[in-house]
Amino acid sequence: MRRGIERRPDGRFRVHLPVEEREVLAALPAQLRAALDDGEPSLYRLFPPAHADDPEANAEYAELVGQGLLEGKLRALAELERTASAETLVEDELGAWLSALESLRLALGTQLDVTEETYAAFDPSNPEAPRIALYHWLSWLQEEVIQALGY
Amino acid sequence: MTQVVEAPTERREPSFDEDVVDDRPWVVIVWNDPINLMSYVTLVLQRLFGYPKATATRLMLQVHNEGKAVVSSGTREKAELDVSRLHAHGLWATMQQD
Repeated sequence: MRRGIERRPDGRFRVHLPVEEREVLAALPAQLRAALDDGEPSLYRLFPPAHADDPEANAEYAELVGQGLLEGKLRALAELERTASAETLVEDELGAWLSALESLRLALGTQLDVTEETYAAFDPSNPEAPRIALYHWLSWLQEEVIQALGY
Repeated sequence: MTQVVEAPTERREPSFDEDVVDDRPWVVIVWNDPINLMSYVTLVLQRLFGYPKATATRLMLQVHNEGKAVVSSGTREKAELDVSRLHAHGLWATMQQD
C-alpha cells in the first residue's frame, strides 16, 4: 500500500500511515509542549526576531505578537495530537498537520544543528542517527502534506 | 533552503532629525535557512500573499540562491503584520526600512 497522504475526489484527505508512525505523531506534540513550557533556548527558531538589529523594537514586537504566535503553534500541535490516528482529514485538519510538522521540524532541526549536509548523506554510526532519521521522516511527511494540498 | 547564512547584520542609518517623520517604506525580508523545505516556502508565499505559483517560486529561489528576498513592502504596520504571519508559519523573516 502507498504510504503518505492523498487527496480524495470528495476534497477530504486519506492518510496512509502505519500505526507505529501514527503513534510517533501522536507523541511528539507533548514533547514539544514540554520543551516550550521549559523555555528551552533551542526553540528560539520558532519565535524569530522581527528586526535584525533593534532590540527595543524586537521587545515591543515580542510583547505584541509573542503570545498569539505561541497559541497558534499550540493549537496546531493539539490538532495533530487529536487526529494522529484519523483515516481521513478535512483540509483545515491537514493544515494543522502542516503547521505542527513545521514546528516539530524547526525544533528538532535546530537541536540537531541541521545543515545542507544533513540531507546529503545519512550516517547510521552518528550517535544522533535516530533523531536525524526522525527529522528526515518529518520532512518526508511534511512534503506529502504539501503535495496533497496541491500547491 | 539548505544553505546556512550568517545572521543578518544590516544596520539602519540614524535619521537626520528624529522629529521628522520617516516615511520611507518598510520591506519584509525572508532569509534562507537550512530547515525549511523549498516547497514549503513556496506554499507559504502563495498562501499568505496570494502570489501565483511562478512568483512564489521565483522568490523562494531568490531566498535559496542569494540568501534572502524581499517578499512584501508597505507601512510599518503592514510589514509588522506580514512578518508575524511569516513567523506563524515558521519562516525566518525580518523587516527594515528601505
